[in-house]
Amino acid sequence: MPETASISGPQILEVNLGPQHPSTHGVFRMMATLDGETIVKLKPFFGYMHRNHEQIAEGITYIASFPYTDRLDYLCSMSNNFGLAVAVEKLGGIPASERGEYIRVIMAELTRVMNHTAVTGFLLNDMGAFGTPLLYAFRERERILDLFESASGSRMMCNYVRPGGVREDVTDDWLARCRQIVANYPRFLDEFEGLLRDNEIIRQRTQNVGVLSKELAVSASITGPMLRATGVNYDIRKVDGYSIYPRFNFKVPLGSKGDVYDRYYVRVLEMRESLKILEQALKEIPNTSPHISPKGAAMGKAPRTFKPAKGEAYGRIESPKGELGFYLVSDGSPRPWRYHVRAPSFINLTVLEDMCLGEKVADAIIILGSVDIVLGEVDR
Amino acid sequence: MLPPVEEIKTHLEGLLPGVALTVEGGAIIVPPGQLLSVCRTLKDSERFRLDYLSNLAAADYPPERIEVVYHLCSMAQKHGPVTLKVKLPRENTAVASVVPVWRGAEFQEREAYDLYGVKFEGHPDLRRILMWDEFEGYPMRKDYKHEDQDA
Repeated sequence: MPETASISGPQILEVNLGPQHPSTHGVFRMMATLDGETIVKLKPFFGYMHRNHEQIAEGITYIASFPYTDRLDYLCSMSNNFGLAVAVEKLGGIPASERGEYIRVIMAELTRVMNHTAVTGFLLNDMGAFGTPLLYAFRERERILDLFESASGSRMMCNYVRPGGVREDVTDDWLARCRQIVANYPRFLDEFEGLLRDNEIIRQRTQNVGVLSKELAVSASITGPMLRATGVNYDIRKVDGYSIYPRFNFKVPLGSKGDVYDRYYVRVLEMRESLKILEQALKEIPNTSPHISPKGAAMGKAPRTFKPAKGEAYGRIESPKGELGFYLVSDGSPRPWRYHVRAPSFINLTVLEDMCLGEKVADAIIILGSVDIVLGEVDR
Repeated sequence: MLPPVEEIKTHLEGLLPGVALTVEGGAIIVPPGQLLSVCRTLKDSERFRLDYLSNLAAADYPPERIEVVYHLCSMAQKHGPVTLKVKLPRENTAVASVVPVWRGAEFQEREAYDLYGVKFEGHPDLRRILMWDEFEGYPMRKDYKHEDQDA
């Protein structure tokens, strides 16, 4: 006799979210098991965009990997370049020029502002506020992308930061435009926050949804705004003090509950802190030194002559999404023997199921949105 | 601040009698059988409190070994990273999973399994993560033969 579902008992339903769905932010699949509308199990599946970035990098010179890192987290190519540059500098003992460091910090912080603006827009889209907030966010993002384009030649695939500094210098005119955008940005943030922060619907959809505890966040290697939303004060810009970050005065915003709302709000506060760093960097940037150190420039001109001594290095930065690390092993040849990317989006997904259990299926979408993943980096 | 790696090693050996560690190029080499106890000690010890597994990666050194590298940091005391390494023979790459110590190893170990074939014993769900389930072989190993696209 065929088995029939009992009408009074729980009806378990398996629902496949993705891989082709606008809310999954790329080619990402979640297998959700539902009891009514409540999630009882959720398994993420990815790798659809896996292109073995690490293996490609092991077959080419160090500097030839920079354009490939653009395609990791394709919203934040500048910080990806920066991460690899920090690791290569550590491996090869390349000093960075003073002006180069300032330009890199300016680019990295612009990227953070741009990423957080975009992700907030996307999050609201996921919540059902279709279009309008996203377009507001994209309008501002586009201004920053224009800056990237005039400095590097490309809006998104910048391929700009290099070991020792940056590929091309920026002009005084560029700096003036950047100052203008930084000065105007808080006005946009005020407007954006005014629309959203106290909005009743947003609060109801996000507060106490997708709660992540401090203990689990630390144990599961969660980093970036997602970690700080739980109240753990850990920002690699402060902890490692890489590049010239110790020179700047900024705070690390923290959340308290670790729910979706905290994750959103920590990002808003982080943008304000990034603008503070930008203001200081744009004021102090020296014009006496070159944009790249002589050793870095030599490496750029003849990539195959750069042969770091046998050894290894782990370089990490605070990318907009969390800790972006590069583990490099050199065997003394111009190509890395081992090249590994520690991708924040990938590791932050570890706790996706933990955050979704017991929530409604519609909440899974905004919980995923609040993690802030980019599949280029998850799949590599 | 963390003491030099030699001192960490001596301190660990004091806490764990019978464990033989060596230091090689800034990393502590741990015998595969003792990995879990070393990791637990580093996480729980008041002095180090390495509560955060920053990075886990495998690396292939044919013909003899595959290494698994652990970069450990402390979020509580804001120091690190300390580098641990386990050396495994290429034919038998079994090592204890550190998921019971740090949840963050879950996906990273699955990745090392997927691309290098390291078998993490005690992992709750050791499956391929980036490649598809039916895929054969471990594509990041140095002796992996690529499919000929033109054939």
